[in-house]
Amino acid sequence: MRWSERMLLPVPQIGAARDRFSPCEAVKGRTALFARRFAWKPFTALAAIFLPLVSIAALAQAPSTPAPRFVVVLDAAHGGDDAGAKLAGPDGSTELEKDFTLQFSVRLRSLLTARGIGVVTTRESDVTLDADRRAEIANHANAQACLVLHAAMSGSGVHLFLSSLPPAQRAVLVPWKTAQAAWVARSVALAGMLNSALNHAGVKVTIGRTALTTIDSMTCPAVAVEVAPQQAAGSFSGQSGGIGDSAYQAQVAEAIAAGLLEWRSASDRPAEIPAEGQYP
Amino acid sequence: MIPRYQTVIFVILLAASIVMGAVLWHLLDRAHQRLLAGEDSAPTRAPEVAPVEQATLMAADDSDDSLETRVLSLPLPAEPGARARAVLGRLLDLYAAPGAAHPVPGGAQGIVDVFLLPAKNGTDAEPGAGGGSPSPSGQSLAVVNLTAAFANGHPSGIETETLTILSICATLHANLPQVAEVRFLVDGLPRATLAGHADLTRTYLTSESTGTAGGDQP
Repeated sequence: MRWSERMLLPVPQIGAARDRFSPCEAVKGRTALFARRFAWKPFTALAAIFLPLVSIAALAQAPSTPAPRFVVVLDAAHGGDDAGAKLAGPDGSTELEKDFTLQFSVRLRSLLTARGIGVVTTRESDVTLDADRRAEIANHANAQACLVLHAAMSGSGVHLFLSSLPPAQRAVLVPWKTAQAAWVARSVALAGMLNSALNHAGVKVTIGRTALTTIDSMTCPAVAVEVAPQQAAGSFSGQSGGIGDSAYQAQVAEAIAAGLLEWRSASDRPAEIPAEGQYP
Repeated sequence: MIPRYQTVIFVILLAASIVMGAVLWHLLDRAHQRLLAGEDSAPTRAPEVAPVEQATLMAADDSDDSLETRVLSLPLPAEPGARARAVLGRLLDLYAAPGAAHPVPGGAQGIVDVFLLPAKNGTDAEPGAGGGSPSPSGQSLAVVNLTAAFANGHPSGIETETLTILSICATLHANLPQVAEVRFLVDGLPRATLAGHADLTRTYLTSESTGTAGGDQP
């Protein structure tokens, strides 16, 4: 539609909450324009009758609301009084898990935002948050993926953990402590994509199930990501492949971002991922 | 010249000393007789040593997030609770040994008690009745009471805490098949997490812990 034609459309009221024209207004305006241009032709009457009907049918097919934004929740575990695990820091010093997860969350948020993914974080500073509050933030975000970030010195590579709740059908009223049960199937699919991306990046991955209070209360595809040293336990932070190695952290973060991009693509193809409440 | 009153006092004190000495001798003799009589009631047999049996330990391995089956010969008591405690103590001793695949300090001292109760889903089990014996349905709930020192000294992390819990559950099920559910206490009280991650407030099903906790991905 040209600008000159658009000027003929009804003008929305000043101060209206939305600046979009409703479908009905658009149809009315388009019909008036057609009638003015072709008033001398004999089929004007028929056109004036049928064109609105055709236009309404066409506009009814268009979504009335914009497509939901792809949002990822990043939960930097621990914080405040809860320091979490003690990690081997540079030069033999000790780094706290709460600091590592916050730093990793910021790094991952930057990567995801640069790729056009909306990010909601549960904390941006060293504050104490209990598991219920974290789950509340995640559930209010209506996110397509929720990652709970942890770090540990045991094991090696990246550990992906899913809720150990048995899968259940989705219900209207969901028990808070077992809300994740209806999302287990999607969480498994999300973990699979993260696993593929991390493997592609050359990072060792182990997948397991655990009883983690935060995840069990989330109503979104949720995976706990525990970053461990690339080599066997005991490698120090500053060493290559250690948990504090910036290159290693960047490698893991890039791989997770790539996995979430793939997850976003799969979300556009609903047939590829199970719906919530579906048994795996 | 000794005054008369001093002579009288001396005689009285001498008599009192003789009487007191006789009383003390008598009391000593009675105490000796009582001691000899007490020895008769002491056990004359040495305590029985539990027979050595095969025990299956599901030992965790941090390198691949797996539970490895180990069969050891251990003296195992017949009473189920004591048997469970002995097996779990040996499992924690493995974790406390130098070079363990799943290092956890504390050892067998980390477990205070293990109680076996009828499981909630037992058919006709009376709650609280028959402690230490399984319910008629054969399902038992094991309550593992850990020490605070063990929980506080446990390495923090999802993987390591989950492996410890799953290995305890799997070991209990391997040696006491009637154990279907496991709950954890720390110094007799509920605790939110083992060391900041794994949930200790829920009831674990031993059927979930069989096999491996996770697995390496190619």
